[in-house]
Amino acid sequence: MSTTRPRVRRLPLNIAAVVTVVVCLFPVYWMVATAFTPTRDIQSDNPRIIPGSWTLDHFRTAVGAAGFGLFWRNSLLVTLSAVLLALVIALGAAYAVARMKWKGRRQFMLMVFVAQMAPWESLIIPVYIISRDTDMLDRLPTLTLVYFMMTLPFTIIVLRGFIGTIPPELEEAAQVDGCTRFSAFRRVAFPLLAPGLMATSLFGYITAWNEFAYANFLIIKQQDHRTLPVWLSSFQNVFGTDWGATMAASTLFAAPALVVFLLLQRHVTSGFAAGAVKG
Amino acid sequence: MSAVREQTAPRPPLGTDPPRRSTGPGARRPPKSAGRGIWPYVLIAPAVLGTLYLLVYPLVRAVVISMQDFGLRQLILGHAQFVGFKNYGTLLGDSHFWEVVRRTFLFMAINVVLIMTLSTLVALMVERLGRFGRTTVLSALVLTWAMPVISATTVFQWLFHSEFGIVNAVLTGLGFESFDRYPWFAHGPAAFAIVVVLIVWQSVPFAAITLYSALTTVPTELYESARLDGASGPRIFRSVTFPMVRPIFLLVFSLEVIWTFKAFVQIWVMTNGGPGDATTILPVYAVQTALSSQRYDLGSAASMVTVVLMSGVLVFYFRQMFRQEDELA
Repeated sequence: MSTTRPRVRRLPLNIAAVVTVVVCLFPVYWMVATAFTPTRDIQSDNPRIIPGSWTLDHFRTAVGAAGFGLFWRNSLLVTLSAVLLALVIALGAAYAVARMKWKGRRQFMLMVFVAQMAPWESLIIPVYIISRDTDMLDRLPTLTLVYFMMTLPFTIIVLRGFIGTIPPELEEAAQVDGCTRFSAFRRVAFPLLAPGLMATSLFGYITAWNEFAYANFLIIKQQDHRTLPVWLSSFQNVFGTDWGATMAASTLFAAPALVVFLLLQRHVTSGFAAGAVKG
Repeated sequence: MSAVREQTAPRPPLGTDPPRRSTGPGARRPPKSAGRGIWPYVLIAPAVLGTLYLLVYPLVRAVVISMQDFGLRQLILGHAQFVGFKNYGTLLGDSHFWEVVRRTFLFMAINVVLIMTLSTLVALMVERLGRFGRTTVLSALVLTWAMPVISATTVFQWLFHSEFGIVNAVLTGLGFESFDRYPWFAHGPAAFAIVVVLIVWQSVPFAAITLYSALTTVPTELYESARLDGASGPRIFRSVTFPMVRPIFLLVFSLEVIWTFKAFVQIWVMTNGGPGDATTILPVYAVQTALSSQRYDLGSAASMVTVVLMSGVLVFYFRQMFRQEDELA
């Protein structure tokens, strides 16, 4: 329908598209560009949109900063264990919901949908006090548990959908051939589920990787147990006004999420992640 | 009524028909006999226990604390006294608290209106673009969406830096001399505006992509017949497009309202609620009261007020979602 329209009439539309792309990408571009710009060019009165010269100094500063490796390891450890835990527990629950008939199934799913919208910003205070009472403050497993609970509902919802797309006849055939119900699931359905598990866990991974509030308020005295987002937010205290290094650290932190989203773009744009990943 | 319903429609939509007999053994014969008994409950037990301990218990605890006299002393020594609704009384009688509530609603209204308007425009634009343009814009939106909150917040601090920030340089270059070294974060309205811009920038991609996928489900025949009837562009949008995407629009709308409270992180990192308390919204106020002033009771009460305000929108969201498709079945 649009090819028959004259070119001139499409001009405002194309200008709007260009403006949208520029507004979307400029902050991301500026982060990466600043990270590669030498300090003397950063602190000039006439900043250039395209850097005149390039440097890797800021990345060296950021990676060499005290604790970078440690915080990176903490983030990875907390995130991976939370996502794995959520995946294992969600797989069982999703199977029960998608393949079995039992009383309370609707109520269970209602609970999952409500938990998905849990007001985590309003639970910081009680979680802080509970962690303090149970001597779980300043410890990484506390964060693992919180992130597990943040990602669990979404994981159940999505896995239930994926299991639903696999015809139950496949497993029934395997059971007729002598498999138990469990091994029928493991040998027949599980391999088919692998892409779904992959995508789901990546979204959970991003949620946990980016989480700031709980990491900030539950890890207070033990600075060694901090995670990357908290470290990045305090970067200015560490590096003063070294914006090049700050942007380099920011780039290093954002890169995994940016890559994952671009790889999963098909899923993202099909509304698969609707309501799951915010920010 | 429900007898007729059960014969014609196997699953009555939630919310219109309270008795949920469809899962009971008598209403409908289950397709297979396997999977009954104790196994389903064993499989969901870890998820239920996790939710009880990590979500329900903190919520209950918050309610309890909000009804106790709970300060630093009680945190260390224990023995918090039950005081009923005294904390809520203190809070509701505080003019400062009301100012925060008013600011929260203002913040929410500005954000949601901007997000919904811009994302609808972007979605309509993407639908009209050619193949190349559509892919480019969608990729740009996805990249923006993927930007971690903390990275985005740090970048915006750098963009609006008073001395070397690109925004001030561009504005000064365009002839607005007053923006030379303008300290954005030192002025209340300016800091508030930057937080809004950041939130809108981060939220539009999700809303636009979701609305765009809703738009693609509208059959093109509808547009054609509307055009044959001589309807203008705005008229087609009002009478054809919008009614078709209305359910998704309302879903996104309520999600964005609820997510306003997630701006906690951006505000905490960027301005800490300041300057003064120009960017203090309810969740920020609650955490400041509790963890900075050690008034855990008042902070919890403020959190509970937030939860009550949110749950109204949440009920609306769930009604929309379950009307859309019978998700619980």
